[in-house]
Amino acid sequence: MDPVIFLIQCLNAVQYGLLLFLVASGLTLIFGIMGIINLAHGSFYMIGAYMAFALQPLVAQYLGGGFVATLLACVVLASLLGYFLEWAFYSYLYRRDHLQQVLMTYGLILVFEELRSIIIDNDVHGVGVPAWLQGTVSLGGIMTYPVYRLFISLVCLLVAGLMYWVLTRSRLGMMIRAGASNREMISSLGIDINRLFRIVFAIGVALAALAGAIAAPVSSVYPGMGHAVLIICFVVVVIGGIGSIRGAFLAAMLVGFVDTFGQVFFPAAAGVMVYLLMAAILLFKPEGLFKQG
Amino acid sequence: MKKTLTRTALAAVLALSAGGAHAVVKVGFMLPYSGTYAQLGEAIENGFRLYVQEQGGKLAGQELQYFKVDDESNPAKGPENANRLIKRDQVDILVGTVHSGVAMALAKAAKDSDTTLIIPNAGADAITGPLCSKGIFRSSFSNWQPGYAMGPVAAEKGYKTAVTISWNYAAGKESTDGFKESFEKAGGKVIKHLTLPFPNVEFQPLLTEIASLKPDAVYTFFAGGGAVKFVQDYAAAGLNKTIPLLGSGFLTDGTLKAQGASAQGLLTTLHYADGLNTPRDNAFRESYTKHFPKLPPDVYAVQGYDAAQMLAAGLNAVKGDVSKKDEMRAAISAATIDSPRGKFTLSKAGNPVQDFYLREVKGEENKDIGVAVKALADPARGCKL
Repeated sequence: MDPVIFLIQCLNAVQYGLLLFLVASGLTLIFGIMGIINLAHGSFYMIGAYMAFALQPLVAQYLGGGFVATLLACVVLASLLGYFLEWAFYSYLYRRDHLQQVLMTYGLILVFEELRSIIIDNDVHGVGVPAWLQGTVSLGGIMTYPVYRLFISLVCLLVAGLMYWVLTRSRLGMMIRAGASNREMISSLGIDINRLFRIVFAIGVALAALAGAIAAPVSSVYPGMGHAVLIICFVVVVIGGIGSIRGAFLAAMLVGFVDTFGQVFFPAAAGVMVYLLMAAILLFKPEGLFKQG
Repeated sequence: MKKTLTRTALAAVLALSAGGAHAVVKVGFMLPYSGTYAQLGEAIENGFRLYVQEQGGKLAGQELQYFKVDDESNPAKGPENANRLIKRDQVDILVGTVHSGVAMALAKAAKDSDTTLIIPNAGADAITGPLCSKGIFRSSFSNWQPGYAMGPVAAEKGYKTAVTISWNYAAGKESTDGFKESFEKAGGKVIKHLTLPFPNVEFQPLLTEIASLKPDAVYTFFAGGGAVKFVQDYAAAGLNKTIPLLGSGFLTDGTLKAQGASAQGLLTTLHYADGLNTPRDNAFRESYTKHFPKLPPDVYAVQGYDAAQMLAAGLNAVKGDVSKKDEMRAAISAATIDSPRGKFTLSKAGNPVQDFYLREVKGEENKDIGVAVKALADPARGCKL
């Protein structure tokens, strides 16, 4: 393989991996810390993308803001949605078994898809790339690379750094980690565990929605877009170790590389490469690459 | 006195229902009314009803009674849904569907129960290939057809090498195989067939691969959301400036608004196009827009409209008596359908023998810029009729 092409493929892999990390990090937070199998996570990604599509004209009209303002609006609304959902539905699930969690969160998928169909419609829609990110960079004279894709990677890296800092250095992060390892102990120390979980859940939803919103200009928005994302996210979370942000980051990168180069070198088996990777890792590390932490 | 009256009434009702067993023709629509393809299902039904309305609400003097089942584009529920119409509603004619997998189940159920089936979209080659039957017709296309139609166009433009790309599933394979067949017959060479698993839309690695292979042209089959993203990514990668993108018509049908500027100038082949500007098509479009102002007339509406025309041809031949199945089917098979797309006949296997248009994207329309292949017939490989 031509070295320039190889480097471009590496860039593709990194860029795909970073976006995967952004969606999967929210899932691993909710899964690992609250112990809930949240099948509706893909729907939050879908909601973020549709919000980016629907809010863009509104934000431009009433707030005079551009793309960044739209992203912020998506994150704020998604956090509120997450906060509400935790209060209304998820808080009843902590003590239930996994089957009931799966049933309820699957129900939510159907509800969100139907709402999407009623509020927007069943069409495919494009979301415009903001003018200041519309340029392209030439790569070795072979092809061009859209600046917007690099922008996505940058945002994902920023979010990853921020999450790492919050979880390891801040007081909130300390409480979250403590709450994950021993729920009773932390509540006996006078910390409102219910409120803490509500915040964690809101963050998880916001992360997924941000990923959807930021990916919308390159992926376009369409019905069922959350399903495909959900499956690959679970793969990332399982490979990385449930609840581990570091693990999710590494796993997302691995999946990005395996998927990209699988498509190039083994096109016939491209669909199963990622799952083979998961099986192989689980064989040697049944708990994923990193244990919680 | 009262008793006799009741008896007479009862006898009259019985006599009526016995003598008038075929006073109405029962038509069963098995179409997607929910999910991704809901709008396609709606357009097909609209087209069908429009033709019947234009004939004064009757075909061959018979009232039509409609039964509807939402197939949800779910192949797993295909046989069950088909049998609801066949066994429960006992329909005379089946019309359906959009999704190829569901259509296969429907074709099998129709064959087993000897019910006449008209398929208004699903393009799986097998339906008018190995699964073909005297009672199964299609008013649309086979996946092979649009692909095959593009080959000569590409060769004529002087392209020597091409790469094909699609999802790794039957429709994509059938379409790109059709292109390969005619392109290589005309002296070209398909140097690589790229695939990705359905419904993945992460095209970047494959676009890089295309850039490194440097073919003269790329032929692709994608539809719906995947088509929007592929066309956008192709333009964003700058490939549209150096390597022309060709596609089956579904690449740019119903997706142009979302694709925006990135789709301008794309060439596709299909059996219908905007701006045909024939009296027949103009009349159809005007009438359709009048009855259904919310939905613009499209290829799906045409396919529904023509399904009704095919049924009319069959019913007219037997004067509305659907029990004469063989005669009715022979009449459908021999009919020339005066479609908005242009006149077409049916092949022995029941697939339209029709012109394929070369279309160019201009604004939000797929403008007709000429006929790619005239009267193209599907080879119906594996059909033993």
